[in-house]
Amino acid sequence: MDLFMQYLITGLTIGSVYALLAVGFVTIYNVTGVLNLAQGEFAMLGALISVTFVQAGLSIYISIPLAIVCTALIGFLVERLAINPVKGAKPGILIVITLGVSIFLKGVALLIWGTAPKSLPPLFENKPVQILGAVVNTQSLWIFLILAIHLVALYWFFDKTFLGSALRASERNAHAATLMGINVKNMSAIAFSIAAALGALAGAMIAPLTDATYDMGFFIGIKGFVAMVFGGMHSIQGAVAGGLLLGMIEAFSGGYVSTYYTDAIAFGFLLFVLFIRPQGLFTKAEGTHV
Amino acid sequence: MKNASKVLYPGRWKGLVIFIVLIALLPIVVTTQYVFTLLILLGIYSIITIGLSLLIGYAGQISIGHAAFYGIGAYMSAVLTTKFNMSAWLAIILGMMTTFLIAYFVGVRVLKLKGHILALATIAINIIVYTILNGWTEMTGGALGLGGIPKLNFLGIDLGNQVNFYYFVWIIVTLVIIFSGNLIRSNVGRILRSIHDSETGIEALGIQVSKYKVLIFAISATYASLAGSLYAHYIQFISPSTFNVPFSILLLVMVMVGGVHSIWGAMIGTVAITFLNEGIRYISHNYLHVSGEVEIIVYGFVIVVMMIFMPNGIVSLFDRFQKRNKEHESDSGLDLKPVDVKGGA
Repeated sequence: MDLFMQYLITGLTIGSVYALLAVGFVTIYNVTGVLNLAQGEFAMLGALISVTFVQAGLSIYISIPLAIVCTALIGFLVERLAINPVKGAKPGILIVITLGVSIFLKGVALLIWGTAPKSLPPLFENKPVQILGAVVNTQSLWIFLILAIHLVALYWFFDKTFLGSALRASERNAHAATLMGINVKNMSAIAFSIAAALGALAGAMIAPLTDATYDMGFFIGIKGFVAMVFGGMHSIQGAVAGGLLLGMIEAFSGGYVSTYYTDAIAFGFLLFVLFIRPQGLFTKAEGTHV
Repeated sequence: MKNASKVLYPGRWKGLVIFIVLIALLPIVVTTQYVFTLLILLGIYSIITIGLSLLIGYAGQISIGHAAFYGIGAYMSAVLTTKFNMSAWLAIILGMMTTFLIAYFVGVRVLKLKGHILALATIAINIIVYTILNGWTEMTGGALGLGGIPKLNFLGIDLGNQVNFYYFVWIIVTLVIIFSGNLIRSNVGRILRSIHDSETGIEALGIQVSKYKVLIFAISATYASLAGSLYAHYIQFISPSTFNVPFSILLLVMVMVGGVHSIWGAMIGTVAITFLNEGIRYISHNYLHVSGEVEIIVYGFVIVVMMIFMPNGIVSLFDRFQKRNKEHESDSGLDLKPVDVKGGA
């Protein structure tokens, strides 16, 4: 039972990080139709920029928000320079462009920060707490709390503010949104900035647990993508559930089967889900227009 | 009918002859060991990218997982020859057959997916194969890799010799090009092309699309397996990290940058990206004294710029040039311009 709780908490912690990334994926995908494979690089940038600010002597409470703002700006630039010029291109081309952006950002990070792993101090003094027999890092608890706060904030943003409604409108029907006076082009840039900020936050949350390196981005991004697919591509709640599910699959398979095969099991489960329910675990079926 | 096929398929013998002459003459010009190794690797990569261009350019399906099939081929060859003392040729053929079957059965399910999700599913296949190669240490040697793979020997010709192996690899590439060319010109090729243009449309004509998609997926995987076997016998040492997702991305980028709509595009992309990477690496290490894989900055940048300004790849430059020449002569009444279908799934 102790071990079970331990795996559960570990899974939920890492799952929350995936969930933050997945929400970023959903935001971009639904507003722009682009699947941003560079999403993980935003997490990497968020983590490494935070480290730089902390090393420069700033408090961690200022460093992380600053890093999030910087990364959001980078996300904005990525959209303006790389995505906007190819509006409406085929998925293959968009995939390759976001892969190119991902590789480019990774290279820039390598040039700035080098190959050595950097560590970020935890938000609060890191003392383990006992919960139902499991030893829990306080950082994990903070991750849960921050995820919860953000979900509420995102819900409020998308449902209650004008900008959020405009974003959702450009997702539903870009043409109609344009007729209603919404600048769909700007919405796309805003979606990228939000996603980049969420990614940066995820990166800054995970950095105290696993060290930050220039090449941490791609695979963590893919995990976010998997979480989004579990949740059915379109819903933020689904993405969060998918993220937590993926985190738990990894933790339990690592604990009970073998740490060697964690990735194989997680991605095997993904294929299984895609085969039986390609529309996602938490959605209804849908058709396509011909 | 003759006219129609002329418009549909540009003459291929001219290109092939130029290609063969180029391949035959290159070893006379190239003397450096380093460039020679690169030329051999180029041949090996070309085999995979030609297969990918069939899949991406003709059938319109994407894959970020072909490094997995490359890996299966390489490990089948390596394990069967070093642990079971099997003949290298038999091992290559067994590897190709195994890969075909695996790709076929996986493809039946995977190719029901489309666009981004298909891309993710192929990444998943790649990661699963990679973890198995890493984890099954008794067979594959795990992360430490597998060494001592024998050189090839063909009817008494020693293919351990660089020049011999160079010709051997490029002869195989030529055969692959001819085979793929025939495939494209067959009715299978026409069906594939129409899948690329409108899957629903061709399905409405009563053709079982999925069968052809899976077939081409399995064929392109088999090419990758063949390339993997050649790689294993050439380098004589393999480790799982070669066969991970970054290599699949590299292959995809080669095909897209070269141009997906023709086999030559895949080859041009392979050459361009390989020399770009090697060139930047050479300059940055020898003149700028930076270490690590910093070449990826330029590489990433070039990919983005290429896709924005030349979405049909380098090969579209040649097409544009040819079209200008042709404008004077052809007026067959058949106006079969390639239509750019936007959207898709």
